[in-house]
Amino acid sequence: MSQKTLYDKIWEEHFVVDREDGSTLMYIDRHLVHEVTSPQAFDGLRQNNLIPRQINTIIATPDHNVPTTERAKDIEGIKDPVSKLQVVTLNDNCDEFGINQFKLNDERQGIVHVIGPEQGITLPGMTIVCGDSHTSTHGAFGSLAMGIGTSEVEHVLATQCLVSQKQKNMLIEIVGELQKGVTAKDITMFIIGRIGTAGGTGHVIEYSGEAIENLSMEGRMTLCNMAIEAGARAGMVAPDEKTFDYVSDKPFAPKGKELENAINYWKTLKTDPNASFDKIHSFSAEEILPQVTWGTSPEMVTHVDDSIPDVKEDNKTLMSALDYMGLKPGTKIKDIELDQIFIGSCTNSRIEDLRAASKILDGNKISKNIKRAIVVPGSGLVKKQAEAEGLDEIFKTAGFEWRDAGCSMCLGMNPDQLKEFERCASTSNRNFEGRQGFKGRTHLVSPTMAAAASLEGKFIDVREL
Amino acid sequence: MKNSNLYSGEFACLEKANVDTDQIIPKQFLKSISKTGLGPYLFDAWRFLDEGFLGKKLSDRKINPDFILNKPTYSGINVLISDDNFGCGSSREHAVWALKDFGINVVIASSFGDIFFNNCFKNGVLAIKISQDQINEIFFQQRQNSQKQIEIDLINQKIKIQNIKLIDFEIDEFRKNCLLEGLDDIGFSLKYETEISNYENKLKQLRPWILNE
Repeated sequence: MSQKTLYDKIWEEHFVVDREDGSTLMYIDRHLVHEVTSPQAFDGLRQNNLIPRQINTIIATPDHNVPTTERAKDIEGIKDPVSKLQVVTLNDNCDEFGINQFKLNDERQGIVHVIGPEQGITLPGMTIVCGDSHTSTHGAFGSLAMGIGTSEVEHVLATQCLVSQKQKNMLIEIVGELQKGVTAKDITMFIIGRIGTAGGTGHVIEYSGEAIENLSMEGRMTLCNMAIEAGARAGMVAPDEKTFDYVSDKPFAPKGKELENAINYWKTLKTDPNASFDKIHSFSAEEILPQVTWGTSPEMVTHVDDSIPDVKEDNKTLMSALDYMGLKPGTKIKDIELDQIFIGSCTNSRIEDLRAASKILDGNKISKNIKRAIVVPGSGLVKKQAEAEGLDEIFKTAGFEWRDAGCSMCLGMNPDQLKEFERCASTSNRNFEGRQGFKGRTHLVSPTMAAAASLEGKFIDVREL
Repeated sequence: MKNSNLYSGEFACLEKANVDTDQIIPKQFLKSISKTGLGPYLFDAWRFLDEGFLGKKLSDRKINPDFILNKPTYSGINVLISDDNFGCGSSREHAVWALKDFGINVVIASSFGDIFFNNCFKNGVLAIKISQDQINEIFFQQRQNSQKQIEIDLINQKIKIQNIKLIDFEIDEFRKNCLLEGLDDIGFSLKYETEISNYENKLKQLRPWILNE
């Protein structure tokens, strides 16, 4: 019997048929829907007189457009009429087609990549799609999860299949144990720094090694979340006892005998010992230090004790990045002063992230030069849990604003934005130009590094606190 | 009737690596619930000096005269040639809708973001990968000679630009047919209804928790 990777196994399990044009129909187990990339897909269904094929596999929630204040006002709290229309359109579409939605006033509402795992909608071995590139997050459970475009959203709604081609296999191994104070976010940013934002293009990445096995489920989600920033549509970690424990008590997970059967199947979901990969990268966990991006692409990253590289004048891409960021070659990362702090996003807004950040802040105040620091829980339930643990009080006492769930400042589709030339330490995933606001400047970091920076007003090594 | 010349025309070069979909169409324009009308906001933060929003009139905008697509000589282009990893980042199909609405139906680069690449073909936009050396040669030649005519023969997979050696390109047969035939992708997949149903019947036995019935 030939040796297979985890991806090979899930691919084979979901193979439906080869179309005569040479592409493959892959069956989709879960489809997550949000307000931004779905309206045109639902229009398409209506135009072609089609309906969603498997209604029970779909879950919807509004997240990108929603304000993170005044949640009690529900939809009326959305002041921008264009944003409001998009959220109302999602409601209408879900109602019309009978799709289960966690609406804005539901405590289960949140960022789509936070609520999937939280509810047990995401389970090992599944194929999961969503019209959002950070769908790679769900690979943390050993599922094949990927972002798709709106045409594909429509196709999956209508056929429950995705037109696919088999990707290549890439293994990224992190050998040994992480240094104290280094997080999953630092691992994923470090990897992007090494392999580049196109390093994983055309591949599905499997992450393995002791440092990965030691990560919590939240950490694995952070890791896989940014696989797309390394160019890979999907990243995954083989499921283990930690995974099974995490999903077992979730509302949408199978129960009783069915759960037992599921776990027995999930245990087979690992790469065979002699399976071959098209590409293997191996890094030592020890060499990973707290990371900070300095440019306008996630690959423009270094560790906090380093400086911005000496970019040559003729390197147009790097020079224009530094120009946009208002930074000079050779500047020490620790000399970069900040205006805003954002803790949130599908990368880092889960309970563990908030716990870690609040630990740094406990009993301290944010620096005077920080104009605004906000913390945005990934879901209504994360918020509730954090409040039960008193984390909200720690954040508020330190000077942070405690918000309602949503994508918030990860992308400025809602009122949470940077002003022109403001500089932000952000736990999100993209430092692209304008992403957090017109001419805003983003530095990506882990939640603990963001918390530490809020106290100092500039970047410091969280391990020194 | 197959028309191999659907994609010939004029080109401009955007000499930049990692052009992400947030640049192609910034976040504020994703609030649209339509596929059309996004062309005026293509590369909004680069084409204009002021901040744009949906519905903002062109006459109220401050044009950035230095941006390549604002130069009068490139006003009629339908082909954009750029660098490595074009269309990386967000899955927003709005990026392709904006390009198409602007009049661009071919993008050539040394590599593409996977999701963007797929999205192109779903909308009749031809995305072509050629080598970095070939890209560099085109950039160099255009700086020297300002040529902008480009012939793209999709059937025979060839790109012809004056002063540049004929370029052969690779394309998946199914993507090529999609463009040439203007395929209805969903209709095509629905022809496999039996296979999909058979799969679902098997699924109900093997992994009953998937369909939650």
